[in-house]
Amino acid sequence: MRRRLRKPALALPLVAFVLVSFIAPILLMLARGVHQPVVRDALPETLAILDAWDGLGVPEEAAFAAAAEELRAADEARLAARIGGRVNRVRSGLRTVIVAGARTGADGAGAGSARERLLAADPAWGDPATWRALRTAGERFTLRNYLNALDLDRGADGAVVRQPEERRVYVPLLLRTLGVSAAVTVLCLLLGYPVAHVIARAPARRARWLLLAVLVPFWTSLLVRTTAWIVLLQQRGVINDLLVWLGLVDDAARLTLVYNMTGTLIAMTHVLLPFMVLPIYSVMQGIPPRFMRAAESLGATPAQAFRRVYWPLTLPGVGAGALLVFILAIGYYITPALVGGSGGQLFSNMIAFHMETSLNWGLAAALGGILLAVVGALYVLYERTVGGENLRLG
Amino acid sequence: MPETVPHVVFRGVSKTFDGVTNVVADLDLEVGKGEFVTFLGPSGSGKTTCLNMLAGFVAVSSGTILVHGRSVEQVPPRKRGIGMVFQNYALFPHLTVAGNLSFPLEVRGVGEARRKKLVARALEQVRLQGFEDRRPSRLSGGQQQRVAIARALVFEPDLVLMDEPLGALDRRLREELQYEIRGLQRRLGITCIYVTHDQQEAMVLSDRVAVFRAGRLEQVDTPEGLYEEPQRSFVARFVGENNRIPGVVEELDRGLCTVRAGSGRIRALRVVPDAVGQPTTVSIRPERIGFAVAPGSYRNEFSARVEDVTFLGDHLRVTLSVFAKRDMVLTIPNTVGHGGVLPGDEVRIGWAATDCRALDCEDDGP
Repeated sequence: MRRRLRKPALALPLVAFVLVSFIAPILLMLARGVHQPVVRDALPETLAILDAWDGLGVPEEAAFAAAAEELRAADEARLAARIGGRVNRVRSGLRTVIVAGARTGADGAGAGSARERLLAADPAWGDPATWRALRTAGERFTLRNYLNALDLDRGADGAVVRQPEERRVYVPLLLRTLGVSAAVTVLCLLLGYPVAHVIARAPARRARWLLLAVLVPFWTSLLVRTTAWIVLLQQRGVINDLLVWLGLVDDAARLTLVYNMTGTLIAMTHVLLPFMVLPIYSVMQGIPPRFMRAAESLGATPAQAFRRVYWPLTLPGVGAGALLVFILAIGYYITPALVGGSGGQLFSNMIAFHMETSLNWGLAAALGGILLAVVGALYVLYERTVGGENLRLG
Repeated sequence: MPETVPHVVFRGVSKTFDGVTNVVADLDLEVGKGEFVTFLGPSGSGKTTCLNMLAGFVAVSSGTILVHGRSVEQVPPRKRGIGMVFQNYALFPHLTVAGNLSFPLEVRGVGEARRKKLVARALEQVRLQGFEDRRPSRLSGGQQQRVAIARALVFEPDLVLMDEPLGALDRRLREELQYEIRGLQRRLGITCIYVTHDQQEAMVLSDRVAVFRAGRLEQVDTPEGLYEEPQRSFVARFVGENNRIPGVVEELDRGLCTVRAGSGRIRALRVVPDAVGQPTTVSIRPERIGFAVAPGSYRNEFSARVEDVTFLGDHLRVTLSVFAKRDMVLTIPNTVGHGGVLPGDEVRIGWAATDCRALDCEDDGP
């Protein structure tokens, strides 16, 4: 028994490391997408009253009293701005309303009813929409972030509706990201497949050198490589200079190769190419030349032998490489951030924006969750069509 | 009406990969229509290279290969119409048995109905009906080999090449398949060239055997001819068991010669030696040596000491030392009263002059 436990125990440090540094943060982050206790914890009584409210007229006096009191307490705990921010995400413009309400509660205790005080602080307290927003922001568990991330919204009656067209951001971006990933995958396959074939068929010594050439980019910092592409691709860059010098492009009409989708495509294809070459190479290496000889001796032309024998036999490598490149491309962040400009940003850049700039971590978590779901769905799709046993990751 | 043009002709064929050493050197060979010829030789003797040149996978360095009297140098493998069975079967793992069999038909543009018929017939020929939908990985080694043979035959080539097709199988299965291959080849009347390093396999299968050594043909003959009348000591050694006695030619007659070997003098058939004083190797098969019952019953008769006796079921194998040689082997059939020969016994052995052959002096080559 002890003996049987010993070997798995060797993996324990790694398992612990992965749990603490990878799986736990992901779960916490995903939880943020649906679990938002801040408002509920700060305004329990107000929200209890609002839960019973029909949501149509202005709520009763008790709601004003509870809100004034709890907002004052929140202000003392320096939470008022955070609550304001949360409510503001539900309905923009309410940050100041909440903060003003919190200040009133603090200053004028006793001067008039709670209702009068709040209305004096900001007339928006008399609008049922404000209270509805407060109630929504107070949901401890919410799908709001996911709805938001899918460009959906709840109407006044609670039904799910699509955002007006000009406000749809995330779904088009997700579609564009999928499109870019597919394009990068195809480009990597077109460039990588012949290379893998050459390496697999080369004599051992030359194969080592070629493989080295494929791997060298791996050992260079991603940042350095991406920056190098900027140097190469910019309007006064090496490639444009060369094209102008060759007379292929007019000096006045230099190509815009970077800070747009073209730059993102070129740089991402370059960065991800090894992930395509290596699995395909590993599969090709395992295909004995006798299969091609057999095909030829049986009467197949080289094209037929490739299409009917070689290509199907390399499919496990192609599948693995394509899956790898596609999944990496979907989540790609640094390269589009640096060379993508405004037109070449991808889904991950939006997540980064909500993490770092807008500080809407709930929405960032929801976007991340959607990305994870898409990757998972792709893997399942792959498993169903190509089959897991046909996957070889080298 | 006898065919005048042989099916396959190798004419002065040489092959070098590095421009220095010839893997195959100046090979001349004719294979008749419907003939079963085996290329026999140790590994590295050039037999597979010859097969690959005929199949078109390897270019000829010099010389010509003719098929049906026409040179095939410029013909790509796919147009040579030669069925090929590979050493490790080379069945396409992603196709079923039926898929593998119909592959050569599909690439030739044979229609589906006819394809089905031909595949079914080929499977019947190798007795694998009902295996159509299996993947090669779900077949035993013997079944895979049968599929490979069926695939080489399904498009009805008149020439089939087999490159050590049974090498990966155990002995029992190998023997079974040998007879099957032979039967199939005879029934279909196709020409077959078969590569092996197993002399017994060559004996069972072949009309003629071409013995290769270091890229050259040592002897081309029927199995009986190779066994009974080897022309070179390499052939004598490679085909069947064989006692070799090194010696020097002392006397030459028209058909016979006398060879001095240590303290003994042997009368032998003169095959290679052409001058007195030449070194030679006398070759004699173990079953041609007998115990001398009465003096003078053999032309060659010597005193010997029994070193070892091994019981092998149908026969006994006796190791003797006789003059300089300590590992002379003789076999006697296990018949009633084979006599209680025991190690240490002093015996008289002998053999006929026509049963031993004075061949070339054997060097230490492979």
